[in-house]
Amino acid sequence: MAPWRALRATLVVLVALFLLAPLVVVVVISFSAAPFLQFPPPGFSLRWYDLLFTTPAWTNALLVSVELLVPSSILATILGTAAAYGLVRGRIPGATAIMACLMLPIVVPGMITAAALFGIYRGLGLNGTLTGLIIGHTVLHIPYVVATVASALRVQDAQLEQAAATLGAPPWATFRHVTLPLIMPAVLSSLLVAMILSFDELIVSLFVSSARVRPVAVQMWSNLLGDFDPTIAAIATVCFVFALLVLVADLALRAGRSLRPA
Amino acid sequence: MEKPVLELSGVCKRYDALVAVDDLDLSLRTGEFLTLLGPSGSGKTTTLMMVAGLQQPDAGAITLNGAPVADLPPYRRDIGMVFQNYALFPHMTVRRNIAFPLEMRGIGRDEIGRLVDEALELVKLPGLGDRLPRQLSGGQQQRVALARALVYRPALLLMDEPLGALDRKLREQLQLEIKRVHRDRSISVLYVTHDQEEALTMSDRIAVFNHGRIEQIGTPEELYDKPETRFVAGFIGDTNFLSGRAVGVSGDGVCEIDTAAGRIRASTRQPIAAGATVSVAVRPERVVLAPTQDDAAGMAGTVVDVIFLGTARKYVVRLADGSECIALRQVSDRPLDIGGSAVRLSWPVERATAFPA
Repeated sequence: MAPWRALRATLVVLVALFLLAPLVVVVVISFSAAPFLQFPPPGFSLRWYDLLFTTPAWTNALLVSVELLVPSSILATILGTAAAYGLVRGRIPGATAIMACLMLPIVVPGMITAAALFGIYRGLGLNGTLTGLIIGHTVLHIPYVVATVASALRVQDAQLEQAAATLGAPPWATFRHVTLPLIMPAVLSSLLVAMILSFDELIVSLFVSSARVRPVAVQMWSNLLGDFDPTIAAIATVCFVFALLVLVADLALRAGRSLRPA
Repeated sequence: MEKPVLELSGVCKRYDALVAVDDLDLSLRTGEFLTLLGPSGSGKTTTLMMVAGLQQPDAGAITLNGAPVADLPPYRRDIGMVFQNYALFPHMTVRRNIAFPLEMRGIGRDEIGRLVDEALELVKLPGLGDRLPRQLSGGQQQRVALARALVYRPALLLMDEPLGALDRKLREQLQLEIKRVHRDRSISVLYVTHDQEEALTMSDRIAVFNHGRIEQIGTPEELYDKPETRFVAGFIGDTNFLSGRAVGVSGDGVCEIDTAAGRIRASTRQPIAAGATVSVAVRPERVVLAPTQDDAAGMAGTVVDVIFLGTARKYVVRLADGSECIALRQVSDRPLDIGGSAVRLSWPVERATAFPA
């Protein structure tokens, strides 16, 4: 028994190290005093964060990312939730096929989606615009919302909605007072995931963005192509902290829900 | 004659090849407690769902309060419904659950508070209003569901196996509660169950379902004492089925039957040809046992077992052809002097019914 337990503990630690090590290296380097990527750093400073938040290219990119992820994640959540509700609860012929189509952005290589969007946008004059980016990210992240909300709806007893109907609630009131409160954890979760994915998304952004409208991921990409310094580690740490905060928010929401009597 | 609150005529429903409900006619009088009784898959729940508007009939008409409801969605039919699994909203307190239908009807806050209190009182749950459904027992949850379906005084209350998930004692208690509420509020109830005892206990009338059709509709007494089909005789209450060959039917509907154990008599409401194979249904409590030396008409048999049931004794009698017939005698009756174990079985002729087999 004991040797197996020791082996298991060792394995767990090794896997955790394997996953965490690169992250630790990046975070440590972001506080480096050296002008180039060096590990372990010769000394520590905040100069790269200072540079990050004073360089217009970076501050502009951060702003664009926020302007992009807020509306696109909200849009994806609303549209995805509506689609999941209709497909799971409605009696729509070919619902399975429609569901499969909605999942395509996950299955199709990102490059194809990006090239297709680029082609369509050229005709519409949407390339290089924030609107174009928002539409692109919304399309990309709807599948995650649909999958999450659909599975929440499937475990939810549809009889509750029938009961609401017999009690005099029209469809919209039933959705608003019965269905939505019960699937809210899944809806909020998918909103947060859509935010993280949007902040991280590179391929579509790369095709559709311009020098003026350039989200963080694209700015990082072009920075890496040139002569890069530890600023890249600083922005990576910012990305990491953002994702971490969102995850903590998600966990807090879940914990709050299970503690609250309602 | 009072106007029916609910009327179904020629209602059909099929799922692909399966006919769930077949050309159904049914009417429910105001204030009546009507039970749809039948085995699972006999179409009773489908019928209820069509009345609620949760399923659409393929043919036929449903009339509620004199108006056709074909185009009305469930939320615009004046009905209340109680489900087997309660279907309480898990994220709302008991009070909010009961208030829900009132809120949907745009009733004022004060009035809602008063009506909810009254409904909680009606189902004997005052003081539990602030609990969540999951903090209540199954029986309490079903009381809440009942209160929620009654609080807005719908014209018709639909109940789909409401006691199916509860244990026996609680079920019997709630049967009486529901009966009391039905009386106090004088509401019309359409009740679905597969439990014949429950149906007998609660109903003004029972419609016995089989294969999507009504076999017989009538008061509990009628169904029990005068079953019109073999299915009804077998489904409601305990019954002995004795098989034999018809000798002849007299003008007053009395049929003489030859069985392996002797000649017997039974009443019949169906034409039976002489020589046809028949099945005779007779209730155990109607079977009279007598010492065999008494040379009257009837079947001869042998008592093989006597079982004490508390209020009655159950006699298991083996007949000449090897089949068994059950006879019940009240314990308070004079103890039966069987004098050995050979007995003669008889019954009042109007208490036995012959069906073509």
